[in-house]
Amino acid sequence: MDLLSIEHVSKQYTNHKALDDVSLTIPKGSIYGLLGPNGAGKTTLIRTLTRITAPDSGRILFNGHDLSPEDIFHIGYLPEERGLYKKMKVGEQALFFARLKGISRHDALMRLKEWFERFGIEEWWNKKVDELSKGMAQKVQFITTVLHEPELLIFDEPFSGFDPINAKVLQDEILRLHKKGATIIFSTHNMASVEELCDHITLINKSHNILSGQTEEIRRRHGANIFEVQFRGDAERLTEDLTRFGEILPTDEESLGELHTLKFHVERNEYLRTVIARTNDLVELRSFREIIPSMNDIFIRAVNGKL
Amino acid sequence: MSNIFLIMQREFNERARKKSFILTTLLMPVLMIALMVVPALIMVYATGDEKEIVVIDDSHVITPHLKDTSSLKFIPSDLKVDEARSLTTDKFGILHIGSEIMTDQSDIRLYANSSSSMKLENEIRDQIQDYIESEKLKGYNIDNLETILKEVESPVTMQVFRNDKSQEEDTQAQSTAVASVIGYILGFLLYMFILIYGSMVMQAVIEEKSSRVMEVLVSSVRPFDLMMGKILGVASVALTQLLIWAVLILGVGSVLIPMMMPDDIMQGVEAVHQGGSAELVAMNANLDTDMLQAVTTATDTAYLAKIFGFLTLFLLGGYLLYSAMFAAVGSAVESVQDSAQLQTPITLPIILALIISMVVTNDPNSSVAFWFSIIPFTSPIVMMARIPYEIPMWEVILSLVLLYLTFIAMVWFASKIYRVGVLMYGKKPGIKEFLKWINYKY
Repeated sequence: MDLLSIEHVSKQYTNHKALDDVSLTIPKGSIYGLLGPNGAGKTTLIRTLTRITAPDSGRILFNGHDLSPEDIFHIGYLPEERGLYKKMKVGEQALFFARLKGISRHDALMRLKEWFERFGIEEWWNKKVDELSKGMAQKVQFITTVLHEPELLIFDEPFSGFDPINAKVLQDEILRLHKKGATIIFSTHNMASVEELCDHITLINKSHNILSGQTEEIRRRHGANIFEVQFRGDAERLTEDLTRFGEILPTDEESLGELHTLKFHVERNEYLRTVIARTNDLVELRSFREIIPSMNDIFIRAVNGKL
Repeated sequence: MSNIFLIMQREFNERARKKSFILTTLLMPVLMIALMVVPALIMVYATGDEKEIVVIDDSHVITPHLKDTSSLKFIPSDLKVDEARSLTTDKFGILHIGSEIMTDQSDIRLYANSSSSMKLENEIRDQIQDYIESEKLKGYNIDNLETILKEVESPVTMQVFRNDKSQEEDTQAQSTAVASVIGYILGFLLYMFILIYGSMVMQAVIEEKSSRVMEVLVSSVRPFDLMMGKILGVASVALTQLLIWAVLILGVGSVLIPMMMPDDIMQGVEAVHQGGSAELVAMNANLDTDMLQAVTTATDTAYLAKIFGFLTLFLLGGYLLYSAMFAAVGSAVESVQDSAQLQTPITLPIILALIISMVVTNDPNSSVAFWFSIIPFTSPIVMMARIPYEIPMWEVILSLVLLYLTFIAMVWFASKIYRVGVLMYGKKPGIKEFLKWINYKY
């Protein structure tokens, strides 16, 4: 069962096309990664999901029906640009946002109390937002985002601005909400941060959906045949030779003295034996192993049109 | 709808609970009264410093008839003029009356040691003139001159009636002097309210935008609800303030003034309330007509309530119309500094209206007054300046209807600009681009 189904959505702004025929489906109960470089169209896509803007064409189905104004009560959205009223007290502010989401005053107070206790921030209730640090304010904002226990939670760069400890706290809370049945969408350009969390991903680049599917499946499909070679000898000569069989990938490893590291993608499985043989001939081979590619590798290859 | 109400409520709580709001609301009337009373008090008490004038009277007939007043003291002297001019520099000045004063009335000189005033010069001139005139009259040897003069004295009072009002009771028109003061105050009050509360809306929108609360808000509230909630929230603050003032002024008028005013004035006021003519009552009771009329107006609760009723309607209409425009401007910029250019077209008609309202208080039925009190953008301020003159009801109603219709149209335009503007960051739009947003595909 799909919670969200986005069908051929396009959105044109005055000077550029933000979304161009984007289609994707988000299964119920999934943790969905919406990945893409800055300015790819992620935020615009999210804004169409939260009904901040309407698409020019295409349709969006939520739980099988056309997305309607009432559905925003089942969506929680934490925008990338965080913002709270600076002069307003934390408690009143949280209450205000909760009530805008349709929660009664009584329920809102109860749930807020619970959340404030969970985060250990009860004493902030009567403080003004002005007095909080950026990280503290973000916690408050997180609470206002999830308080109405929506079916769908959308987080735009949720971990930016948090220290590792608080980022972990936040991540645990998100996973807890997921366990309770929420479907989560992460939007980010930082692959590593969501790699281990997301079971589904979509890569958006230049307004297009260029890659969509289950994370494991994508890895298997697009990540095969990447190898790392460690060797002594003439790196340039080997690089030149190997480009005939595939593509050299950027690597984080630095050369340690005589020892070089090279990462490359072999175009076809049949080439593999030849590649090993040639490498062995050309340089002093120290190791040769297959690499499970990171989403980052796949992402870069996808963006560069190499998939 | 409930969202509009929530936003209204937040806006109201944030503003009306502030100490500064409570303070200004209570202090403003005090300040305004002080502004009117203090100059009057200064006039009364500041004249206390007596000016001493050395009189050198070569004719020897004038001096005995110069009377000291509260501000003037005449000191006869036998000094020569030149001596006096060098010796009596500590006095205010030297008055030199020529010997042929009875035939040559230009033979008077005042040597002042500091700048003299029109009032002082008039005082001296009048005293001398009165004496010379009465002496000359005596020269005609008329019997019973005193009696004749008394009988001739005939101050004219004119009662003004409105012929276009009901014929049965000849309703007496409001005093023109009092009406013009009230009209002026009302026009100015409206100008202040529209400008202050209008830009309050603009600042609130800018704050939401620059603190990025907007993005969170628009994901749960329609931009239209957000804008209307904001406008109505600030309106409720303005109305609260107005209501407090209305209660204060009515309270002062119906309780405090009757307690504090002298009995004879209150009896006069009572007589006027009963339908008497202010001019006649004032003459009979030996009271100042303007004073009597002012007190009568201030204690006429029905009249005051009517004025406050209209004030509320026009203030609300004018505020709503302009705040919609201010909200649109606020949505388009990211800081108050950036808003100057877009604000100009809004503030110009407000200032124009204030200037016209000053002219209008002199001639409330001129065609300038009529048209500018009908055209919606200037009508709230100009019409409010005219209302104390009891102008025809159809004009007031026409003006109100047009005002509220324009408001509805303006909200429609403003909301179109608003929803584009609130999520537009990083560029400062010019007026041309701003207006383009109305037709923006959203």
